[in-house]
Amino acid sequence: MNLLEVRDLSIRFRLDEATTVDAVKGISFDVPVRSTVALVGESGSGKSVTALSVMGLLPKENSSIGPASRILYREKDLLRASPSEMQKLRGSEIAMIFQEPMTSLNPVFSVGFQIGEVLRKHLGLSGAAVRKRAIELLTEVGIPEPERRLEVYPFQLSGGQQQRVMIAMAIACEPKLLIADEPTTALDVTVQRQIMDLIAGLQERHEMAMLFITHDLALVSEIADHVVVMRDGEVREQAPASQLFRDPRDAYTKALLACRPPRDHRPKRLPVIDDFMGDAPRADVGERRRGLSGNEPTLLEAKGLAKSFYFREGLLKQRELKAVKSASFRVAKGKTLGVVGESGSGKTTVALLVARLHEATGGEVRFDGRDLLKLEPGAAMPYKRRIQIVFQNPYASLNPRFTVGQILTEPMLIHGIGADDGERRAMASELLKKVGLPPLSLEKYPHEFSGGQRQRIAIARALTLRPELLICDESVSALDVSVQAQLLNLLQDLQDEYAMSYLFISHDLAVVRYMADEVMVMKDGEVVEIAGPDELYANPQHPYTRLLLSSIPGRAA
Amino acid sequence: MREQGVWALAWKRFRRDRLGFASLIVVAAYVVLVLAVASGLLARDWESEAGVNFAPPTFIGAEAGEASTVKKLEVARPVSDYGIPDPLGPDLEAIEKSLSGKSRDQARALTLPLGGDKWGRDVLKKAVKGTETSLFVGLAAAILATFIGTLFGALAGFRGGKVDDFFNWLYSVLTSIPYLLLVLTVAAVVNQKGVLTVILILGLTGWTGIFRLIRAEYMKHKVREYVMAADAIGASNGRRMFVHILPNVSHVVLVQLSLHVVLFIKSEVILTFLGYGVSVDTVSWGSMLAEAGTELLLGKWWQLTVATVFMAVLVTAFSLFTDAMRDALDPRLK
Repeated sequence: MNLLEVRDLSIRFRLDEATTVDAVKGISFDVPVRSTVALVGESGSGKSVTALSVMGLLPKENSSIGPASRILYREKDLLRASPSEMQKLRGSEIAMIFQEPMTSLNPVFSVGFQIGEVLRKHLGLSGAAVRKRAIELLTEVGIPEPERRLEVYPFQLSGGQQQRVMIAMAIACEPKLLIADEPTTALDVTVQRQIMDLIAGLQERHEMAMLFITHDLALVSEIADHVVVMRDGEVREQAPASQLFRDPRDAYTKALLACRPPRDHRPKRLPVIDDFMGDAPRADVGERRRGLSGNEPTLLEAKGLAKSFYFREGLLKQRELKAVKSASFRVAKGKTLGVVGESGSGKTTVALLVARLHEATGGEVRFDGRDLLKLEPGAAMPYKRRIQIVFQNPYASLNPRFTVGQILTEPMLIHGIGADDGERRAMASELLKKVGLPPLSLEKYPHEFSGGQRQRIAIARALTLRPELLICDESVSALDVSVQAQLLNLLQDLQDEYAMSYLFISHDLAVVRYMADEVMVMKDGEVVEIAGPDELYANPQHPYTRLLLSSIPGRAA
Repeated sequence: MREQGVWALAWKRFRRDRLGFASLIVVAAYVVLVLAVASGLLARDWESEAGVNFAPPTFIGAEAGEASTVKKLEVARPVSDYGIPDPLGPDLEAIEKSLSGKSRDQARALTLPLGGDKWGRDVLKKAVKGTETSLFVGLAAAILATFIGTLFGALAGFRGGKVDDFFNWLYSVLTSIPYLLLVLTVAAVVNQKGVLTVILILGLTGWTGIFRLIRAEYMKHKVREYVMAADAIGASNGRRMFVHILPNVSHVVLVQLSLHVVLFIKSEVILTFLGYGVSVDTVSWGSMLAEAGTELLLGKWWQLTVATVFMAVLVTAFSLFTDAMRDALDPRLK
């Protein structure tokens, strides 16, 4: 029996007077009782919009739902239900968990108050009963010392604990349908593992059905009974999970499954969507060998690198936060050192220290025989040029008021590369071609490009200075998997051509395994393990590395 | 697709705002008026006594103006006469006749388009000339204050540490003094009346709010990735502050500039009204309002009305224009 039936759902957004966007174009799917259905797709596929329309939470001002659309919950059409009926359903019958626990909880109310609000409103509990039930709920979602936690405010909890509180609120009224919109995307992989286990357990116990929305196919393979693959507002394929992963029918599904770096081998080039959507058969590309032979010359060596941040406490006291405690590593010429770790492990700080964007509190960084950290700002300029960095967020790392031409010629101007503006522009358009953008882009502004294209521009900017070391700080993490594959291929091509070294930082262990010749694992500001990728993944020495590896979703599948 | 800069997009959004666009036209009309005055095309002879004393506006007519004056004189008479004939009366009448005479009275108009002041100067011309002074003072002072506020804010926000402490100390000291008292103190120290003095007073005391905002913007922007990226390619501090960050906070600067124009036009009026503003040989809306206080007792309301209407229209239009500009430049605020 189906708990939820979505039929011919189409949703249109109005952007301004003239432009509308069809976010969802007539999709249909079912959520049977007590089962998990996963909506999978990349950004812009319409998966979150679909979830919001089930909850009746679409913005009224600029969205419209097609007249033929129906969303049946136990045979009742939610699209034609009155606002008060919807309000009664929301929370009690259908509950939702969002992606960002930090912004989904109200920062000025205590956890106990926010859970209590749900209980008072939907269950009509009051006084001691509210407190008792809230403690039960927190215990159920695995929060230690629940009595004490009722009094704390959201900011006093970690991201994982906040998501647990959100889940507690969602299950407070024992809903029959739980909608989870990327509930673990903002969390670290080990925390993601815990939350996924928690959700699976709760679903079992409460006999809930779940609509699980994600971009992560590996995660889906673990949890879903049925998978709906969406792209550009359309359903590309829907099938039982076991069948879809074994035998995908649709070209797009095949592409999505293939463009993630595989676990067991390393193709020279990752397949991208176009390889599957076109008619041309895909050429077999062969395997790439990774790892260090031990004879490579060293480009950069860090010894005992340390960074502390100080916070003022009271009038005279200072609190020290050790972001990096004595990190030592070396980067070989033309090779890639991968850095993995969870948030707060200090991996980004290491990158900023090496690029001299933050001042280190201790240690040394030897580059070309000189200690970079001891150089005066003026003397460091030529070295700055040789170490470049590509940041995580392509929307923040390009100056929105500069044209692409200005962005690319500025570094050359500062370092006196190229004789005049004409020559610099010629070089810039050459680089644009190299990163796969048309030369016409020079006159455009960053906001006219997609995330992947912006990241290409950022890479081109770094390349203008012909660096010997390129630091990629989560450079592909914010991108869709298909775009990620394209950029990883680009980075690899560039390394082959220019023989650059990479310091490749990522929380994504599969990507690091694919890219790195050597992998460094960081935790709480310390390097816990450095080893070759195959060795590290096959035979992790440190318990933390083992925990990380066992948390990767889809590993068991 | 044609490339569109951030400014072009903002202009497109602005044009869609009808009220904002209408107020821009009003503001532009004022600016044209000021340019005409400054180049001597308009109101060059504002000081000439074109009409009789307190000449009433033409649309009321000379009769009404006379009638009210006569009535007041009649009320005053019983107190001064006590039945004793004025011994100098006939002589005075003769002198008056020969001095002002028919010839001079004829040259002076009995009514003026929007009335005259106590010396018979044309109120309309005074208001037009006053627009030049007021708008110039408002703009110049706002530019000065915005410049100081932006520079200090950029330094404090970007450099942080000791530099930030210093500017914050300066800010705290200046803002701890009641505003009017501060303005009067500076006025007393400068001790020289004139347009330039008013600009200095307003500019040197009015930058604090802008400083605070720009400082916060710089603190927000300096840790953004695009600024770190500029650092990574070797851009100097100055380059990052003014080439990279400034264009990204320029909408805040512009909106503040325009807000302060309005604020300073009103402040100039208050200063002049209190006697610390422009000197007597210049006319501004403030000096007109200062005169209007005594005139009102005599029932001569037109100078007050004209100055008020001129100022109210500009201030309202400028404020609406500022709001529209803020919405256009930063659509997320809407």
